[in-house]
Amino acid sequence: MSAQEMELAERQSAISSQKGWRRLLSRTLIGSQRNPTLAFGLAILIVMAVIAIISPFITGEAILTSFEDRLISPSINGFWFGTDNFGRDVYARTMQGSRISLLVGFSVALLVTLFGLIFGLISGYIRVVDNILMRVMDGMMAMPTILLALAIITLLGSSVQNVIIVITIVDTPRMVRIVRGATLSLREQMFVDAAEAVGVPVWRILVFHIAPNTIAAVLVQATFVFAAAILTEAALSFLGAGTPPIIPSWGNIMGEGRQYLQVAFWITFFPGLFLSVTVLAINLAGDGLRDILDPRLRHRG
Amino acid sequence: MISYIIQRFLASIPVVAMVGLITFVILHLAPGDPAAIIAGEEATKQEIAEIREALGTDKPLYEQFVIWVGNLLRGDLGTSVFSQRSVVQLMLQRVPATLGLAVMAQLMAILIGIPLGVLAAWKARGVIDRLAMVFAVIAFSVPAFWVGFMFIWLFAVNLGIVPVLGYVPFSTDIGLYLRGLVLPSLSIALVAAALLARMTRSIMIEVLSEDYVRTARAKGLAERLVLLRHALKAASIPIVTVIGLSFALLLTGVVVIEVVFAIPGMGRLVVDALIRRDYPIIQGMLMVFSVLYIFVNLLVDIAYAYLDPRIRYQ
Repeated sequence: MSAQEMELAERQSAISSQKGWRRLLSRTLIGSQRNPTLAFGLAILIVMAVIAIISPFITGEAILTSFEDRLISPSINGFWFGTDNFGRDVYARTMQGSRISLLVGFSVALLVTLFGLIFGLISGYIRVVDNILMRVMDGMMAMPTILLALAIITLLGSSVQNVIIVITIVDTPRMVRIVRGATLSLREQMFVDAAEAVGVPVWRILVFHIAPNTIAAVLVQATFVFAAAILTEAALSFLGAGTPPIIPSWGNIMGEGRQYLQVAFWITFFPGLFLSVTVLAINLAGDGLRDILDPRLRHRG
Repeated sequence: MISYIIQRFLASIPVVAMVGLITFVILHLAPGDPAAIIAGEEATKQEIAEIREALGTDKPLYEQFVIWVGNLLRGDLGTSVFSQRSVVQLMLQRVPATLGLAVMAQLMAILIGIPLGVLAAWKARGVIDRLAMVFAVIAFSVPAFWVGFMFIWLFAVNLGIVPVLGYVPFSTDIGLYLRGLVLPSLSIALVAAALLARMTRSIMIEVLSEDYVRTARAKGLAERLVLLRHALKAASIPIVTVIGLSFALLLTGVVVIEVVFAIPGMGRLVVDALIRRDYPIIQGMLMVFSVLYIFVNLLVDIAYAYLDPRIRYQ
């Protein structure tokens, strides 16, 4: 092969990677029309996102009502979701709680994808790093998510920002494994050999040749991270170690309503229902996305 | 087989060591001085220094690490800052509750998940399959503690079938002890059952398309025997691995569900320690839960090799 031919091979491989991006987008858009699971999940998710965005404007002043309005049961004419032990409107708090869940879920999914790609690509390509990094990841994956998160957040202190940091730390190892696995098989491919042969720098091979080809698996995993992060935030906040009580989140509303379960089950019921439906929507969207992007996985669990 | 067990055992040692290192690093390199946090905002410098000395955090980091590892190897997880009792002692009191919860939940997950997965695979794309998969995706999405609350509200508050907070110690009455664990176990078992159902289904679908299954059917074997004796037996090997995975879900569920049902178990110990910022307990329990998880997966590996002799010779 002459130098010109090699350059051609390198360019073609880069072009095919770019095609991969475009194919991914068009397949998702077309796929959502043919895939009811994905469409259903996305529709619910969009509704939740709209609620999160507009909730402060429609329920802004209704957070604290008067003290006489304590523990009122839900009714169509009065408080739709009832009131809590402080006389706060559970409906307003539940609507506003969607903001924290979606913020935490989305931020964690984004950060885990970013760090997962960085560490996974490097680990899959550079052997020396791989050995050390994978031992650390194995150790972290052996530790129960919620305990690891609780231990770290106790030291950092409870705040929304720290919740995002902590959940990102505990969810990253699995993403690293997935990217690393894909990288290991991709580096054996002809187009990577071709790129190496013409002297493309390692970082360019990783970013422009390998990364685009891992994106389908990464995207599917990112949706599951999104869902898992929302559940973890709720569990942390429920235990009083997550979102501080001044900011309503579905988890901390349920945590506060815990003592009143026998007299006012609605305080825990409604936030939990919204949480479950949101996570369900993300999981459905993820399942649908996986069917479209990776048909081989269709019958797997 | 014995050499395989030894080999697997030795392979899990570096993972345990790494868990220890991570646990140590988290609690010692994180920003914030544990002594200052324990002492509270109004403490004097003198008081903080005393707590630091009691915790041993005044010594250089490498020395602390050596002391900590040395104690770990002797089975000493440290002393609770709050109650001044050894962490091991506090933990041992909590074992019966958590062990019962974990075992019962794991049994429920297996008894619900595997039959559901087999049925779903048998009539793939049929009504049972659809319903089973709907159950699975819902169970994945609903937080265990909320399921727990709804169970309490339905079965205890409204129907009055069980007491609201029904935990009875093992030593008082075994029957009541088991009955008190049914609802919390079921709450955390659902997600593990969903995982098992989905994995069993996909493994069984693959096995049911094998030639020997077709042969068994062709020679007129009863469908029940084809399913259970031929297909499930072959599928049981990968399913065992999934049981190990599902155990991780249960461990996470245990911590939260013990708070919901006021069960005095190991998970409650950690949550109470968090509120009091009792670092030795947090550190110790992080180690114990992780080692438990590694141990269960070691058992799974061994079971796998027992069921599939090819593994032993690789």
